[in-house]
Amino acid sequence: MFGDYSISDLGAILAMQGFAGLILFSVYVLMALGLAIIFGQMGVINMAHGEFMILGAYVTWMTSNAVQHVAPWLFPGYFFIAMILAFIASGALGMLVEWALIRHLYKRPLDTLLATWGLSLILQQAYRSIFGAREVGVELPEWMMGSWQATDSIQIPINGMFVMALTMLITIAVAYVLFWSSWGKQVRAVVQNRVMAGAVGINTEKVDRYTFGLGCGIAGVAGSAFTMIGSTGPTAGQLYIVDTFLVVVFGGAASLFGTIASAFSISQTQSTLEFFLSGSMAKVITLLTIVAILMVRPQGLFALKVRK
Amino acid sequence: MSDETKPGLKSPLRRKLLMGMAALPAVSMLGRPAFADVPATSAVNTTGLAVTDSEVTVGILHSVTGTMAISETGSVEAEKLAIEQINAAGGVLGRKIKFIQEDGASDWPTFAEKAKKLLVNDKCAAVMGCWTSASRKAVLPVFEQYNGMLYYPTFYEGLEQSKNVIYTGQEATQQIIAGLDWVNKTKGAKSFYLLGSDYIWPRTSNKIARKHIENHLQGCKVVGEEYFPLGSTQFNSVINKIKLTKPDVIYAIIVGGSNVAFYKQLKAAGIDLSKQTLLTISVTEDEIDGIGGENIAGAYACMKYFQSLDNANNKAFVPAFKKMWGEKTVIGDVTQAAYLGPWLWKLTVEKAGSFDIDKIAAASPGVEFKGAPEGYVRIHENHHLWSKTRVGRAKADGQYELIYETADLVEPDPFPKGYQ
Repeated sequence: MFGDYSISDLGAILAMQGFAGLILFSVYVLMALGLAIIFGQMGVINMAHGEFMILGAYVTWMTSNAVQHVAPWLFPGYFFIAMILAFIASGALGMLVEWALIRHLYKRPLDTLLATWGLSLILQQAYRSIFGAREVGVELPEWMMGSWQATDSIQIPINGMFVMALTMLITIAVAYVLFWSSWGKQVRAVVQNRVMAGAVGINTEKVDRYTFGLGCGIAGVAGSAFTMIGSTGPTAGQLYIVDTFLVVVFGGAASLFGTIASAFSISQTQSTLEFFLSGSMAKVITLLTIVAILMVRPQGLFALKVRK
Repeated sequence: MSDETKPGLKSPLRRKLLMGMAALPAVSMLGRPAFADVPATSAVNTTGLAVTDSEVTVGILHSVTGTMAISETGSVEAEKLAIEQINAAGGVLGRKIKFIQEDGASDWPTFAEKAKKLLVNDKCAAVMGCWTSASRKAVLPVFEQYNGMLYYPTFYEGLEQSKNVIYTGQEATQQIIAGLDWVNKTKGAKSFYLLGSDYIWPRTSNKIARKHIENHLQGCKVVGEEYFPLGSTQFNSVINKIKLTKPDVIYAIIVGGSNVAFYKQLKAAGIDLSKQTLLTISVTEDEIDGIGGENIAGAYACMKYFQSLDNANNKAFVPAFKKMWGEKTVIGDVTQAAYLGPWLWKLTVEKAGSFDIDKIAAASPGVEFKGAPEGYVRIHENHHLWSKTRVGRAKADGQYELIYETADLVEPDPFPKGYQ
C-alpha cells in the first residue's frame, strides 16, 4: 500500500491522521459528556439525548439567521453567542422535561428508557412541524471553515481544532463543577446515598433538576458545535445516539474519567482502522472489539467501587 | 333486542328514500349534457377501480414522517402540483383527479401495508410513490398481486422491471456512463476514487462505474473504493486517504445526513473543489440546501434535471412550483421526476382510452411527454424513461450550472450486459 509514496508524504499523512483521531476523540467526548452526567449521576437512560443536541443545532441556525438580518457585523463571532443560547435552550427544556416526566420515574429506570424514547419521537416531529422536514444549512463565518496550513503538505481543519478546544474547555468546567464546587458535592452526595443526602438538608429534587438540565445543556452545546461538521435536520440526532451510548457504556456508566478514556480508545481504534480498511469494516471491527471487552468487563473500563 | 327498539328500517318512508336514491344517478346523468364527450364509466373502468363519472382516485404514498421525510417531501409537493395542473386542464378522460395521501413513515413494512390499503380499500387507479429502493421492493409484491400501477420517481440501481411499475427516474447506467465518459474526455481523468453509503444503490452504481472505468475507458483505473454506514458523520480518515492517493476524480455516492458531514469536512480539510474534480450522482439541489452551497461549490453532479435548465417547459414549471410551495423551495432531480408521474399516467390513460391497469401497462411504451421540465421524455418497452443525461456544476448559491448534456436521449438499460 505504501510502496509508491515518499517518506515526507507518509509523514504528512501520519500527522494528519493523528489529528483526525484527536478530532474524532473530541467529538465523542463532547457528545457523550451530557449523557454521562445524566446516566452516571442519575441513572436515567436518556434516549432523547440526540434531540437535545439537535435543539442546540436549530438554535445555532436561528441565531445565524437573526444575526445576518439584524447585525451583520456580528456575524464572524455569532457562533459563541449561539453556543450560549443553545446551552440555555437545551438546559431549560431539560429541566422542564425533568419536572414534567423524569422525576416521576426515578424508581423505575427501565421506564425512563421508554419515556425518553417517546420524548425523542415527539421532539423529532415537533422539529419537523416547526422547521420543516428538510435539512437546514447553517452558514458559518468564513474563518471557521477551511484549514490551517501547518506545512506544505499538512493541513489541519480549523473546525476540528475548534471542537478540540471547546471539548477541553467544557470538560474542565464540568470536572470543576462536579468535583470542586459545593453544588458538585451535593450531586455526588445524592448519587451515593439519596436518603442520607436528603436527611442532611440537601434539596435532592433541586439537585436532580439542575443535573438533568446541565446534561441537556451540554448536549445543546455539542449540537451547536456539530453544525460545523454534520447535518441539521429533524432526525439528525439519531446519527449520534448510538455512538454516544457506546462511549458512555464502554467507559463505565458512573465515571467521567471512564467516558474520556473510552472516547479516546474508541476514536483511535476507529480512525486507525478506517485508514487501513474501509469505513464499514472499521465500524464492524470496532464494535466487535467493544463487545468482546464488555463480555470480560461488563461494568465498563472504569467503574465506581461500590460495596456490594 | 336492538332490532325491536329500532323499527325504522321497515318504514315506508325508507322505501321512498331508497327509490329516490336509486333515481339519483339518472338525475345526475340528465344534468351533464356539457360532458357528452366523456366516455361512460362502464367502458373505461372494467375492473372496479375508484372511477366515477366525474372523479378518479389516485394514491400518493411517501414518507412525511421519519428519516426519509427530508427527501420525500419534494416528491409529494411535485405530485400535488401535477395533479392540480391536470385538473385545471380538464382532468383525465373528463374526470377530476382526487388523491388519497398515505404516510409510509420511513418504514418499509408500513409502505407495504399502506400500498395494500390504497389498492384494496381505496381502489386507486394509480399510485405515485416510494423513494428508497427498500420501500419500492416492499410494495412491489403488493402491486403485482393486486394489479396496481406505481409511478416511482427516484434514480435507482436498476436490475428491476415490472409490468406494474413505471420508473420515472433514471436507472444506474443512464446516470453513470455518460458522466464518466464526459469526465474522462474533458478533464482527462485517469484515476478514480469511488465512495458511497453502504447500501444497495451506491454499491450497485459503483460496480457499474468500476466496470465502465476498467473495461471501457482507455488507461483508467480505480484507486480506491469505500463504503460508510448510513448516517456516518466522520470522514477525516478517508479524506486523508484521498489526499494520499491523489485521484483525478472523487466519485461520491453518499446520501442523507452523511452528505452534509462529508462535504463540510472535505472543505475543512483543505480540498478545494475548484481544483479537485468531484463527480456525484447523489446530490440534488435539495441536498445542497442542507450542505450549504459554499461547501460544495465547484463539484459536478450527473443526473437528468437541474432547476436551472433553460427551456420553455422548465421556465413555466419552476415558477408554478414556487407559487404553490413557497419562494424558497428548491427543485431537485427526483422532484422533477415525481412531477412526471401524474402526467405520464394521464397521457397513458388517454392513449389507452381506459383506466384498466392491464391496458395502461400495455399502452405505456411509446407514451411521450413533451411538457416535461427536463425537456422531453418517452416511456421505453421496459417501463423506464428515455431521457437525456446532464452534468452540472454546483455554484455557491445552491444551484447547478449546466455544463454538458448528451446529444440524444439515453436508452434505459436496467439489466446492463457486461456490467454485473
